[in-house]
Amino acid sequence: MSEPVPLTGTGTTGRGPAKAPSRRLSPALRYVLRRLLQAVLVMMLVMVGSFLLVKLAPGDMVDAMAGTRDLTADQIASLRERYGLDQSVFVQLIRYMALLATFDFGYSPINAAPAMDVILARLPVTAILVVCSVSLSMVIGTIFGVLASRFAGKAVDLGISLFMLLLYATPSFIIAILLILIFAVKLHWLPIAGFESVGMGYTGLTYLKDVAAHLILPVTALCTFYIAIYGRIGRASMLEVLKLDFVRTARGKGLTEGRVFYVHALRNALLPLVTMAGLQVSSLFGGAVLIETIFGLPGMGRTAFDAVFQRDTNLLLGVVFISSLAVVIVNFVIDMLYMVLDPRVNLK
Amino acid sequence: MTTMNRRSFLSTLAAAGIVPAVMAGSRQALAQTSGGVLRTPAWPAPTYLNSAVSTGGPESFLSPKFYDGLLGYDFGMVPKASLATEWSMSEDGLTVEFKLREGVKWHDGEAFTSHDVAFTFMEVLKVHHGRGRTTFAALEAVETPDDLTAIFRLSRPTPALMRALDSRESPILPAHLYEGTDIMANPVNTAPVGTGPFLLENYEIGANVVMVKNPDYWDEGFPRLDRLVVQYIADPATRVAMLESGQADAIFLNQIPAQEIRRLAELPEFEMTTDGFEAMPSAQQMDFNLDNEYLANKLVRHAIAHAIDVNWITQNVWYGMGQPGRSPLHFDQRAYFTTEGVPSYPYDPARANELLDEAGYPRGAGGMRFGLTLDPSPWGTESITAASYIKEVLRQVGIDVTIRTQDFAVFVQTVYTDRNHDLALYTASMGVDPTIGVHRFYNSASYLPGTGFSNGAHYVNPEVDALLNAASVETDEAARVQQYADFQRLAYEDLPVLKVTDISMATIANVRVKDHTIDALGALGSLKQCWIEA
Repeated sequence: MSEPVPLTGTGTTGRGPAKAPSRRLSPALRYVLRRLLQAVLVMMLVMVGSFLLVKLAPGDMVDAMAGTRDLTADQIASLRERYGLDQSVFVQLIRYMALLATFDFGYSPINAAPAMDVILARLPVTAILVVCSVSLSMVIGTIFGVLASRFAGKAVDLGISLFMLLLYATPSFIIAILLILIFAVKLHWLPIAGFESVGMGYTGLTYLKDVAAHLILPVTALCTFYIAIYGRIGRASMLEVLKLDFVRTARGKGLTEGRVFYVHALRNALLPLVTMAGLQVSSLFGGAVLIETIFGLPGMGRTAFDAVFQRDTNLLLGVVFISSLAVVIVNFVIDMLYMVLDPRVNLK
Repeated sequence: MTTMNRRSFLSTLAAAGIVPAVMAGSRQALAQTSGGVLRTPAWPAPTYLNSAVSTGGPESFLSPKFYDGLLGYDFGMVPKASLATEWSMSEDGLTVEFKLREGVKWHDGEAFTSHDVAFTFMEVLKVHHGRGRTTFAALEAVETPDDLTAIFRLSRPTPALMRALDSRESPILPAHLYEGTDIMANPVNTAPVGTGPFLLENYEIGANVVMVKNPDYWDEGFPRLDRLVVQYIADPATRVAMLESGQADAIFLNQIPAQEIRRLAELPEFEMTTDGFEAMPSAQQMDFNLDNEYLANKLVRHAIAHAIDVNWITQNVWYGMGQPGRSPLHFDQRAYFTTEGVPSYPYDPARANELLDEAGYPRGAGGMRFGLTLDPSPWGTESITAASYIKEVLRQVGIDVTIRTQDFAVFVQTVYTDRNHDLALYTASMGVDPTIGVHRFYNSASYLPGTGFSNGAHYVNPEVDALLNAASVETDEAARVQQYADFQRLAYEDLPVLKVTDISMATIANVRVKDHTIDALGALGSLKQCWIEA
């Protein structure tokens, strides 16, 4: 986190001194390329590491299959051969990386389909969940945080802080279960499971309404914890920024308190919140296993979980690949956002 | 209600060809007995939509909706017509002749013929089906003298075969789509083309399967449902909440915890039945690894049996959904199950202590005699729960048990490949016939390291082998009953495997769901007779 010092403009942005010859890349482009190279290296490490981790675990996919399908010894051997599990781990790794180099995730035997197809079917569910919960929790949390800082030390602040503490301390799966009990089992208002009312053949607006109804409970359950986080960080960050000199200067210039508070201070106070949003996207993208499980949402987290238990290496690594890619992209976007929010961010 | 019952009775008669279909056809005048969408949550999700290439639970439930078998089974596993309308076995049990139904079409419009039957048994079930390889081992050829006759030639009599011809165990596949292809990789495995009552409308991998009425189904007037929706929901509590909030109509195959089944069954809007599971009697049992120096001693095995109150486990772990184990067979294997002359091991810690002393393992430091590991299978939660109880009761008789809870793949590898186990506690199907489900745990020929759920105890008793081998080819029913009685007596005296609980599976459904369980296969059948009261 950069030091919250007054805005002075250190001149290290793209408008820097023109002494760099034209054949050299602009700092911004070099920055992007460097980040890209880092990303590729990180992805490769992640993939090789995950592959080895899966292979380190005792038992393979055919063991899991044999237990549920009453297979005979020769059927087991023929399945191992079919899926290349009779080869050494090293050969399997090389084969996998060669496949991945062509952007092919291979075949997912537990789904009898290409792993890419399975993941592409899951991706929208996860993407919508993540987008809805990140934006909602950030907006609501920030509002709470700003309100609390505005009335710091007063009853409003105390009330909000207590509420935040409650949200922070209650595990999301408990909230999920409570929501199901109240809004589905008792009141019969909202659907519990899945992404849509399956087999109803809804289209157009009815379909959108149906999907929205299915999203209300899981998104709420995913939001609560993060609302508390944003609220607490937002409050602390605002209070810190309000103490800084540039705020005094702004007031000294005769700006209205509202303008000082909501424009000058808030913009600075957003930095840690944006960082948090990056972390939230990363952790929800593949990490919302509990909520996906409770609400019967076939998202990336649950897919990875099942793939681990059934040792479906291709599917698991596909999910890992897409999730890591999402994390890398989100981090990149967050860094770009820093540049917008805070011109002091150094491109070197 | 009485009207409906008479009508469904008539339609059953019509299906069996006893009364003309027109007579039962008047049933259609009453729209009340037909229609509706049945929504059921289940878990896990299937790999295929076809149980000929995988005997997994999800496939077993789905396949009969798309595919038909040669036969169906009434309660008591009494064969009834399906794709075969007549069947007869020769005196020597080596030939079985089937007359096939006329005018049956595959979902793609092609005609169903005896060639489909021959292809399915010889090329698919005998090769790729986990149990089929054993059940149809003696099936040497299927002759097809004409399009509507299939003659099975057997190298030795196989009484179990006649109990394994339903759509779940042996679905008939379309030869014209499978012949000459890599069967395990054939796309039809996930886009079924059967002769069955439902067509696949939509399949979202890992999420749901939507089936729609087959308008050209050969059994006129069926299926009664307009749609059948299976949604894959990983959390059992969510499945319960779906049923309770009216977002699902029925839950089959013990897909929710026993205590929830008990609780919901008390509510007026739900009904529970334990019928319809004869085709897959399941049990929880514990293998003693006889390669372990302590467990090789029969006195120790008897002592452990006396130290464990299997009735307690049945009541508290299975919530009474079952019966305490008393024999290697399941009580639902009605023709052969017996407790007469079968040794029993009532809960008696004092006796257990005596036996352990007698075996020469006195209590040592800390009151312990020796230590054992216990591997509970993580399939369901019941084995893990029961393991904690077993650890405690065995501690009381001086056996120090270490529980190793691992995931399913590791469990299978530890117990059946590495054989690095002492006690293994798991649930398994006892089979529609003992040959299929029970022999594998006791026959010395089934000691196959690397094969899951085989003879994990490493039990070898030539006398038991002889009885099992005789029973698997015995065509005289009375003689077979005697062979299995002798087997139960001998095997339970040796006790390589302790039967803990014979599980009663249950279906819990909203009272509006009608006729879901009308024969031995229950929900594992086609569900073509099922309908929903508007």
